[in-house]
Amino acid sequence: MPEETKSPAPTPSGEPKPPAAAKPAAPAKPAGPTPVPWESPMVAKLKARYGSGIEASTYLKQNVLAADASVISELLQVLRDQEEFEYCVDITALHYPQREKQFDVVWILYSFSRNERIRVKAAIVDGGSVSSAVSIWPTANWLEREVFDMFGIRFDGHPDLKRILLPDDWKGYPLRKDYGIIQQDQEWVQINLGIESGQ
Amino acid sequence: MTDPTTYLSHLELGQPDKTFLDSNELIINMGPQHPATHGVLRVILKLDGEKVLGTECVIGYLHRGVEKIAENRTYTMFNPYVDRMDYVAAVSNGLGYCEAVEKLLNIEAPPRAQYIRVILTELNRLASHQLWLGTHALDIGAMTPLFYTFRDREEILKIFERYCGARLTTHAFRIGGCQYETYEGFERDVEKFLDFAPPKIDEYEELLTGNRIWLERTKGVGKISAADCIALGVTGPVLRASGVKWDLRKAQPYAAYPEFDFEIPTGQNGDTFDRYLVRMQEMRQSLRIIRQAVGKIPEGPIMAKVPKVMKPPVGEIYHSIEAPKGELGYFIVSDGSTQPYRVRVRPPSFVNLQALDIMVRGQLVADVIAVIGTLDIVLGEVDR
Repeated sequence: MPEETKSPAPTPSGEPKPPAAAKPAAPAKPAGPTPVPWESPMVAKLKARYGSGIEASTYLKQNVLAADASVISELLQVLRDQEEFEYCVDITALHYPQREKQFDVVWILYSFSRNERIRVKAAIVDGGSVSSAVSIWPTANWLEREVFDMFGIRFDGHPDLKRILLPDDWKGYPLRKDYGIIQQDQEWVQINLGIESGQ
Repeated sequence: MTDPTTYLSHLELGQPDKTFLDSNELIINMGPQHPATHGVLRVILKLDGEKVLGTECVIGYLHRGVEKIAENRTYTMFNPYVDRMDYVAAVSNGLGYCEAVEKLLNIEAPPRAQYIRVILTELNRLASHQLWLGTHALDIGAMTPLFYTFRDREEILKIFERYCGARLTTHAFRIGGCQYETYEGFERDVEKFLDFAPPKIDEYEELLTGNRIWLERTKGVGKISAADCIALGVTGPVLRASGVKWDLRKAQPYAAYPEFDFEIPTGQNGDTFDRYLVRMQEMRQSLRIIRQAVGKIPEGPIMAKVPKVMKPPVGEIYHSIEAPKGELGYFIVSDGSTQPYRVRVRPPSFVNLQALDIMVRGQLVADVIAVIGTLDIVLGEVDR
């Protein structure tokens, strides 16, 4: 998805082909809600601290903090220590091959005391890295390994960054957009499974 | 196959110059083909005699690239795939996915569908816990509960089968509601089950709760503190057994759950026995929810107005539900086309399995089996 500010633009282009829809009511669907700026005492505090390094928005009642990759390690630490986001729900990534900073790394955090969820996002270039959150939330260990396995994003300071779901010597990162759905590491399959192809 | 020791980097192996007899440390491989690992899980154990010094899980044997498949299917086409992750709680998986897409589409399932969803999901939670209890007890050496729980789980599967034709990977829900109206006699069947189940749960408890052997094998085994659970992102009954009263059905209610009365059972010690008690209580709470729901399923449509071709507006959503194993989340990104740009599944089993290491350190090898059982993992969901 392009960044939230751009979202109204691509939507109309997605509209014009309602292929003989059975319900005439359906195409009347509005372009959808747009992200609105998210304001809260926490955001104000963080903005005072990081200035333009942070953008806060709300979409479908969910809060997103888009941060610069350089402030991520500090920001995550602050979110846990001062803002009580003590539970790291998930870490994942998104790939936008057409963008200059190709990857968005996403942290989904939850606070038990506030019963609140936020997403933190940071864009990084292909071959770039972000700092690991293992020292902040130990659960990040496997989650970061999976992101590395699927996207090839490196996490600085991860104690044991290696593939987790795919074999260690597999080549390629399957969840990148340029990795086809039936593509595979033929060489690995031939050597390790003794068959021509896994298809 | 790769040399097994290559996986051991973080176990800090002793120098290999020691001979086998000099060293007390021993590396043992458990699985992937092992009946007590509940699927294809490989655990490398570093042992000092019978004592576990450390473990490392090797997973991915069942990896099918579910998230990649999602990007190449339409929203509707991907729906049946989610059932294949946690295949013993397929209904929960479907509920989470359907609700996430509904939020993205800005539609809501009609009340009747919401009630049917709650009934089936809670029946599935019961079925999942029954399967867990049977296999967990079998791992520890009690064979009888397996036959009892499978016998009773059959009644739930029969209801599923009559409702949607499938027993395990049900694909019971559709985006926007339910595909099928309840069959003639659905409510009667569910009510019959509600009368049938409680004495059966008493029966399981009679077999195990006061059983000396069961207590020996579970009390104080695989302890994990609430702080460790939160740090490791562990959710579900494991978290609750450590004393954290947190259940997404209450904390961030979804479907029709706000309308029902139920309690969140918790434990105090965070050991295998408490997790057992918590799940037994959860079974009864599920019955309580179903009893409230089945009597007053509202009349009305079962499907919301959903476009034939689904094109959610550009945006993203994270929606999670309380699956039988913990927080099951879907992070879906739409680029405005008919196919999701990205579907990320936050699987409870995968995250919970990470806690295995901390839970078994210092325990005996036999306890590893008990702890794998008590974590209630499904490898289909761990590997996706």
